[in-house]
Amino acid sequence: MSSEIDEYNGGSVLAMLGKNCVAIASDKRFGMKLMTLGTEFPKIFQATDKIYIAMAGLATDIQTLSELIRYKINMYKLREEREIEPTTLAYMVASTLYERRFSPYYVSPLIAGLDKNNKPYICNMDLIGCVTTTNDFVVGGAADDCLLGTCEALYEPDLEPEDLFETISQSLISAVDRNAASGWGAVVHVLTPERVITRTLKTRQD
Amino acid sequence: MDAYVNAFRTTVPTWFDGGIPSSSFGLEAAKEFAMPAFDIPGCHNPMEFLRSITDETSKDYRIKIQHGTTTLAFKFKGGVMVAVDSRATAGGYIASQTVKKIIEINPYLLGTMAGGAADCSYWERELGRRCRLYQLKNKELISVAAASKLLANMVYPYKRMGISMGTMVTGWDKTGPNLFYVDADGTRIKGEIFSVGSGSTFAYGVLDSTHDYELEENDAIDLARRSIYHATYRDAGSGGSVSVYHVKENGWQFISTHDVYDLHYEYQDQPKPRLI
Repeated sequence: MSSEIDEYNGGSVLAMLGKNCVAIASDKRFGMKLMTLGTEFPKIFQATDKIYIAMAGLATDIQTLSELIRYKINMYKLREEREIEPTTLAYMVASTLYERRFSPYYVSPLIAGLDKNNKPYICNMDLIGCVTTTNDFVVGGAADDCLLGTCEALYEPDLEPEDLFETISQSLISAVDRNAASGWGAVVHVLTPERVITRTLKTRQD
Repeated sequence: MDAYVNAFRTTVPTWFDGGIPSSSFGLEAAKEFAMPAFDIPGCHNPMEFLRSITDETSKDYRIKIQHGTTTLAFKFKGGVMVAVDSRATAGGYIASQTVKKIIEINPYLLGTMAGGAADCSYWERELGRRCRLYQLKNKELISVAAASKLLANMVYPYKRMGISMGTMVTGWDKTGPNLFYVDADGTRIKGEIFSVGSGSTFAYGVLDSTHDYELEENDAIDLARRSIYHATYRDAGSGGSVSVYHVKENGWQFISTHDVYDLHYEYQDQPKPRLI
């Protein structure tokens, strides 16, 4: 197994764009190299009612950065007296990451959300804050290469929330079943203008 | 049969005194393949080169071989119980979930596979061939002790050239059930309980907690299966399915293969077995 620090704890994340909805998903593994220590490790965090942020990578940095982002989102809300927009949040996270240009947080963040007009948005970024916005899907974590393959095979544009849920779930499960450092359960959030559908998936436990 | 055995006498005279001059069979193959030969890299220091490209901690690590595994074998009153997982990983990538890690050397001998898949399967197949030749020559089955020593001696000349092999050789011979641990460093140990591979520590934890020589066959099967299952749960390098074999007086017997996915939810629904 890789001795890279960004794959020390394992874990994978994924987000997909649908028709007037977005979905974001992650596995639940927390490990140390080959040893699995926990199977309830959250990698998806709620930023606002309509934005979720997911992070894969080094667990200590995921926790540190998620708390830092939470603080910044709260401060933004207090100053502006409104909720942050997905693009604004993306560049806020990117700037936070670039501040650590020479000693980075070892994370791959994804952002999925609906803006004030309920237009869906997803993006991912590298560990020093290079934002990439796509109109299909974004991936991150130990199984990122496997995820790209399954997403390319299963994704189709303009899916309704239930179909999007099925697509993102199958893409995630198929990918993490081919990665030793990811899996042990998964969680999926589908964001629609009306509500957020949150489901946990039954997966292999090896 | 004797005619066949005599044919070998002529071709491999080193095994016998004298020997009949070149025979009608002309089986030069036996001599040709008596000792396998391998190409060695034509560089200044082949040993150092081979070690550097096969050592995970080396900066020149190129030849990434299967490592993650859990295998176990233990003796009990009914013989030897052997169980393995079926995952092959290359780095973090799961290359296969359906590897056969128990190698059937002959109807009386089993070998397990941990470390390099190619190394284990090659050398254990070679062991099978030599055990057959022994049988033809001596008109008697080879003992497990001798077979395991053949394996250890075969790989020893290649020590520190990157061969990766951690194996258990088990079987039933005229001395009864036997279990040996053999690895590529040349280690060969006789024992009662062994577990090999990245998940071995987890398997030992379960195995040692309830192992008893007086275990009934069904309990022994369940213990072996459970030990591997728990290793697949905690160890990312192990998984797929659990295969169990039982070595009995008249040869080994295949018991079962269970997918870990089914086992997990089956075990979750039933109470944990008593520890003491």
